[in-house]
Amino acid sequence: MTQLALVIDLNVCVGCHACVTSCKEWNTSGSAGPLCDERPYDENPTGTFFNRVQTYEIGTFPNSETLHFPKSCLHCEDPPCVPVCPTGASYKRKEDGIVLVDYDKCIGCKYCSWACPYGVREFDEERKVMTKCTLCVDRIYDMSMPEADRKPSCVKACPTSARLFGDIHDPESAVSQAIREDGGYALMPEWGTHPSNHYLPRRKTKVKIHEDELERADNPLKLDQQLPKPDKDQSTMDDVSAW
Amino acid sequence: MKPAFSVIFLTTLIGAGQGLFLALFTHQLYALFGLLPMQSDAFYGYGSVIVLLLLAGGLVASFFHLGRPERAWRAASQWRTSWLSREVIALPAFMGVAFLFGTSHLFGIRPEIVTLPGGFVVDLSLLLGATGTLLAFSLFVCTAMIYACLRFLREWHSPLTVINYILMGGASGFVLAAFYATYAAPTEADFFAGWAIIITLLAFVGRLASLWRNARLKPTSTIQTAIGVKHPRISQRSMGLMGGSFNTRDFFHGKSEAFLRTIKPGFLLLAFVLPLALLAIGLSSPVVLGFAFILQYLGLLAERWFFFAQANHPQNLYYQTIG
Repeated sequence: MTQLALVIDLNVCVGCHACVTSCKEWNTSGSAGPLCDERPYDENPTGTFFNRVQTYEIGTFPNSETLHFPKSCLHCEDPPCVPVCPTGASYKRKEDGIVLVDYDKCIGCKYCSWACPYGVREFDEERKVMTKCTLCVDRIYDMSMPEADRKPSCVKACPTSARLFGDIHDPESAVSQAIREDGGYALMPEWGTHPSNHYLPRRKTKVKIHEDELERADNPLKLDQQLPKPDKDQSTMDDVSAW
Repeated sequence: MKPAFSVIFLTTLIGAGQGLFLALFTHQLYALFGLLPMQSDAFYGYGSVIVLLLLAGGLVASFFHLGRPERAWRAASQWRTSWLSREVIALPAFMGVAFLFGTSHLFGIRPEIVTLPGGFVVDLSLLLGATGTLLAFSLFVCTAMIYACLRFLREWHSPLTVINYILMGGASGFVLAAFYATYAAPTEADFFAGWAIIITLLAFVGRLASLWRNARLKPTSTIQTAIGVKHPRISQRSMGLMGGSFNTRDFFHGKSEAFLRTIKPGFLLLAFVLPLALLAIGLSSPVVLGFAFILQYLGLLAERWFFFAQANHPQNLYYQTIG
C-alpha cells in the first residue's frame, strides 16, 4: 500500500517561508476554491494557510541554536480527525494515504480540528468549511505536467531541498532511505497517530577527507601518478595540492 | 479551548430537558406501583411540552455552531465511528419519543399492552416513557462522549465527563420538575425536590472529583515531543504568522488566569451550593424553587464555559509567541 508523505530536513531548512507562499499560491488558485484572506491590507490581516514555518530557540544564549520548523498536515496513518467527522467529509484515501476534506460535505462543525493534536486543520472563514493540506493532490497526479513537476508545490519551492516527497511504505524510496539513515522521526509519537510526514533532525555535517582519497594508497599497477607539487610561486588548479 | 456559546446552550438546554423527562417518567413509575398518587394526564402531558421546548431550544442553538447548517442532515451518516453523529441521531429520536409520550397522555391514547402480576397495568405511555428513558440516557452518553473520546484533551478524557453530564442534566431537570409540580401537582413537589437534592449533591461530588483530577494532570505532550527536539530549554521565537489564524482563535479561551480562578468557585456556588440551600429551605414554594432552577441553570452555563475553557489543547504548544 502506498503512503505518500513529506520528509522535512530540519538540518537544511533555512526558514525562508518559500514553501508557505508557494503552498498558498497553488492552493488558492486551484479548482477546489480559494483560501480566503480577511483584511489582507488592513489592520489584523488573517487568512487560511495549509503550511507554516515556525522558529524555535534551543538552549540558552549564547549556547543556543535556531531551529526553523515547517508544519503542515502530517497525513497520519491512523488519523484521529477522520473517525470523529459526523458527515464523512474527512477521509483518508486508500490508494495513497492522503487525508482530505470533501468541501461539499463538510458542515463546518470544527470537531475534526479539536481531534487533531497538531493543529494543522484550518477553518476557512469565508467558505465556512474545514480546509487542510492536500499534498497537492491536484498537482501530483496531473499528467499534463512534466513528471519532475508532479510534486507538492512546497517541495518544488524549497530552495535548499529540505523537503522530500515520496512513498514511505516503499523501502527503496528516497524518503524511506532518508528516514532510515538520517534518523527520521514523527511528531508527538505519544498519541499513536503514526504521522506519515517525518522530520530529519539537526545534525553535525562534517566532511573529512582522508589522504588516501586524494592519493590512492594501494596503487597496484603503479599507474597512478603522485599529485603534482608545483613550486611555491606557481599557482595551483586546486587548493588540495597547494603548499 | 474556546467555549462556543452555541454548544454551551445546546448541552445545558437538552440536559435540563432530558432530566425533566426522566423526572416525569420516574414519577409515573412510582405511581404505577402505588408508591405515589397517579397524577392527571395533563401533568405528564404538559411536562412533556416543556421537555420538547427545552430540546428544541438546544437543537436551534446547535445550528449556530455550524458553518454550513443547510448540510446538517449529512451529520447522521457516520454513526459507526463518530459520537457527534450518534448525538445527531439520538437527539431527534428522543424528541420524537418525548412527543409521543406527551401525546399519549394529552390525548388519552393509552391502550393497555400487558398486565403485570399483581394487577399493574402497563399501557402505551409507560412503554413510550421507558423507551424515552433509554434514549435520554443514550443522548447523555453521546453528548458527553463527544468530549470524553478525544484522548489528547485530557481534561475531558475521563469517565467523569459522562457521569457529570448525566448528573448535572438530571439535577437541573429534577429542580425544574419540582418547580413545575408546585403549579401542576403541588402535592408532588416534595418528591421531585427530594430527588433534586440527592442528584444535585451527587453532581456536586462528581464535578469536584473532576476538578480534583484535572488539577493534578501532567501534560503528556511537551514542546520537546511537539517538535521532536530533546533539549530541556526550548522556546518559540515565532509561530510563523503575525495576524492570528484559526489556530490562535479557536483553541484558547482568551480570558485571564484570574477570570478562570473567579469563575470556578462562582459556578460551584451557583450550580450546586445555592440550589441545594434553596431546595432545602424552600420545599414546595414556587418562588424559591423557580429561583433555584434559574440560579442553577446560570451556574451550569458557567460550568460548561469552564469545562471548555479548562481543556488545554496540545496544538497550543505550537502557538506561543507571535515573534
